[in-house]
Amino acid sequence: MEAPVALTVGIVFGAGVYLVLQRNLLRFVFGLILISGAVNVSIFVAGRLTRGASPFVPEGAVAPPAGSANALPQALILTAIVIGFGLTVFAIVLLLRTYERLGTVRTDELPERLDDPRPVDRNGDAPAGAPRPRPMPQGGTVPRTGPSGTDARDDGEGAP
Amino acid sequence: MLSAAVLIGFAVAALAPLATPALGARAGWVWALLPAGLATWFAAQIPQVRAGAPLEQAVPWLPSLGIELAFRLDGLSLVFALMITIIGTAVVIYAGGYLRGDRQLPRFYLLLLAFMAAMLGVVVADDLISLFVFWELTSLTSYFLIGYKHDKEESRAGALQGLLITGSGGLAMLAGFLLLGADVGTFRISAMLADPAVVQASPVYLPALLLIALGAFTKSAQFPFHVWLPNAMAAPTPVSSYLHSATMVKAGVYLLARLAPAMGGTAVWFWLLTGVGTATLLAAATLALLQRDAKRLLAYSTLIALGALVVMVGVGGPLGAEAMLAFMVAHALYKAPLFMVAGNLDHEAGSRDVTVLSGLGRAMPISWAVALVAAISAAGLPPMLGFVGKELAYETLLPHPWALAALVAASAVMVPIVVLVAWRPFAGREPRAPKAAHEAPVSMWIGPAVLATLGLGFGLAPDVLAQALLVPAAAGLVGAPVDFYLKLWHGVNAALLLSIATILLGAFLVLVWRPLHDALRTRFADVRVGPAGIYDALVLRGIPTVAKGLTKRVQSDDLQHHLLTITGFTVGLLALTAVVRGGPTLALPTVDGALHEFLVLALIVVGALGTASAHSRLRAITSLGVVGFGIALLFVMFSAPDLAVTQFLVETLTVIVLALVLTRLPSALLRDGEARGRSRLALVIAATAGAAFSALLLAVTQTPFDRRLSDFFDAASYPDALGSNVVNVILVDFRAIDTLGEIFVLAVAATGAYALLRRLGPRPEPEIAYAAPRGSADPAGDGEPSDAGTPGGRAADDGGAGS
Repeated sequence: MEAPVALTVGIVFGAGVYLVLQRNLLRFVFGLILISGAVNVSIFVAGRLTRGASPFVPEGAVAPPAGSANALPQALILTAIVIGFGLTVFAIVLLLRTYERLGTVRTDELPERLDDPRPVDRNGDAPAGAPRPRPMPQGGTVPRTGPSGTDARDDGEGAP
Repeated sequence: MLSAAVLIGFAVAALAPLATPALGARAGWVWALLPAGLATWFAAQIPQVRAGAPLEQAVPWLPSLGIELAFRLDGLSLVFALMITIIGTAVVIYAGGYLRGDRQLPRFYLLLLAFMAAMLGVVVADDLISLFVFWELTSLTSYFLIGYKHDKEESRAGALQGLLITGSGGLAMLAGFLLLGADVGTFRISAMLADPAVVQASPVYLPALLLIALGAFTKSAQFPFHVWLPNAMAAPTPVSSYLHSATMVKAGVYLLARLAPAMGGTAVWFWLLTGVGTATLLAAATLALLQRDAKRLLAYSTLIALGALVVMVGVGGPLGAEAMLAFMVAHALYKAPLFMVAGNLDHEAGSRDVTVLSGLGRAMPISWAVALVAAISAAGLPPMLGFVGKELAYETLLPHPWALAALVAASAVMVPIVVLVAWRPFAGREPRAPKAAHEAPVSMWIGPAVLATLGLGFGLAPDVLAQALLVPAAAGLVGAPVDFYLKLWHGVNAALLLSIATILLGAFLVLVWRPLHDALRTRFADVRVGPAGIYDALVLRGIPTVAKGLTKRVQSDDLQHHLLTITGFTVGLLALTAVVRGGPTLALPTVDGALHEFLVLALIVVGALGTASAHSRLRAITSLGVVGFGIALLFVMFSAPDLAVTQFLVETLTVIVLALVLTRLPSALLRDGEARGRSRLALVIAATAGAAFSALLLAVTQTPFDRRLSDFFDAASYPDALGSNVVNVILVDFRAIDTLGEIFVLAVAATGAYALLRRLGPRPEPEIAYAAPRGSADPAGDGEPSDAGTPGGRAADDGGAGS
């Protein structure tokens, strides 16, 4: 059964690499998640697959029965899963922060935004007058008025 | 003792910065004791060296590589060593006066004395690698000394140019040394000289010769590498007179002379050296006519001398050796004083422009006298040593009329040069100078006076010099004992007639100098081709441009470009290895899975591909979740319950965090595209990477499995750690420190995430949403006017858009 799993791991890894190579940092994070999953499984496969024989020492014995699953890669993967989770969460939060601060998650737009940061306000939107981070294809035909309350009030006072 | 003589210079140099401030105005005199003492010691070795018993000393350095710190003092080395120490004495004393009160004088003495030690190392080294190390040390000290006035752009540019040109030549030379040493089996110079046939029969003879000659030519400022020497005149005058006329620039000549018995005598050798030397002669003679700065004039006259020396080494033979050595000693004895007098002009009269200064003879009589004595030698007039050297050079070149013609022409140019430097600024009644001139202090004329007098003395009695130094030195150059005697007057012969012709031509050049100079300056004013232009274009502009472009390409500030390069390169390398070396041999795998197992794998594949192609947030999260839970199922099926539990937990948390965060981001965030070419490239790279990963993993699973480590944990976990869950025992017992580290990593990640999140502030309350058009709240908070008021509706919207 190792061979089909190895092929699957390759596909997941390839999908992860593809995502990591995208300019959209959200996809980048998705790629990271896929790659860390693929790597975990690859360690698992490299330690060989065993069905229905978890590495437990039965009552009264001093060692797991012969033919039990390989415990060592499992221990390694357990660490890897948790660390991978830490990395993923940190990356996601960083991504969120980047967006709130710079209004984009595309790496090709980051340098210019870094030169001229336009912090979006707290509801995660660009302030009035600032160009939108990306042209957003909108499903509806809603007219775009000032997106925030402040803006709307300003409009009201400015045009009596 | 020999190694001590070389290395003591470095020790004293290290003291210089500490002691110089305390010595005050006497610093020059005190530090001159070192070169003076060394000169005395070297002079005391003359009898032994004359007797044909060179001093030798070898200290093992890198025995495993056959490299020794080997020193050998024979006749040739002795001439150079005496030149270095005697002129060094004069220069150190001179510098004390010239740079008196200079804030950086301690540093100056450090560099100057270190240079002297390194230069001594070059000329007495008997091991090619040791020689290279000392050689590079002279380049480095020269760099710092040219750039001494580092607040001046001109100094920095000159220093860098000198370093780049001599440094790259030095690297070529090192390559040549390594080629040669590896082929003949030794780095000992004396061993190579003892067996020239081996060197010349070596298959690497030609490349080694060319590379070593490159080092020598750059160091000795031969055409077309001569450009750095005139620009090195930005250095203080003591440096110019020492490094850039008397000693360092002769290192290349020394190297060629040193290797002449082993490498010389071939047609390549002859044509390479005489050709380059002649080109240097002609280029320097022409360019000298363009100069009006005393130091630059002297720099071009140094180039003329260096060209002549290289030609004579190329011609070789007893006569060539004799001529080369006499010419070189004469040059050192007249050029150093001339430089120092030019420095006196600059120092006491405020200018080195020979068209500005005149009539200073009354104010500076000693300097003038010194300048005149040196100038007569430089012009090659009797009864000076310069005359002897030039006569011998003419005699040597008689069989090669083209080289002779070049030397005669270049020697004629020496006449206007010395008239401009030693006559024009001093002659005349009315003193004309930027400041009121007066004689230089004793420290600034005693050295040049002694050197110029030596030139006169050796001119009157040349055979004293010849028997003591030149005959043993010529033996080193020829590779066999030679015998000759020198005299001032050879009677009327071809060489004398040529000398008379030279003087006449020189006198004519003096008469027409002004119009010729002006015409040439106008003609060459805007010329930017030639070696200097090539240096500017290639080194100053070309290399930085290429480096910048290359760096921008491979080290751009674009993360994805970076990743694309790295992954693409790695994958390319893998593919190349697989093609060249052959990939892993894979047996046809046996497939023994059950249906549900394949279903789980299919689920994972669908999830992965779904994530990669997702254009909506919901689809991406769902697909990621499918992959994660699929992996957890895999762990369940293959006996890893702990992993499965952890994976389920982590996956659930990941999905929750993602969902929470994505609601803060605009829904259209994933609807952007990539440029098509890039996207395709990424696809190719990703597919290759995936395939390579699979192949690697398949290969791993098909190698025999070594269970030793796992067996140890199985056997030890209950008896040693009293735990029946082997995985847990490994984590908390055998690898407890690892697990502690893991906890730290998590804590750091959590702290970082918290710090980032805290600055975001609270989620906006729905009350501000009254600005949204349909009055519907926007709970997602991404500021988009949404079609549906509920998160569920939004999710549906996303799902629809993504498909």
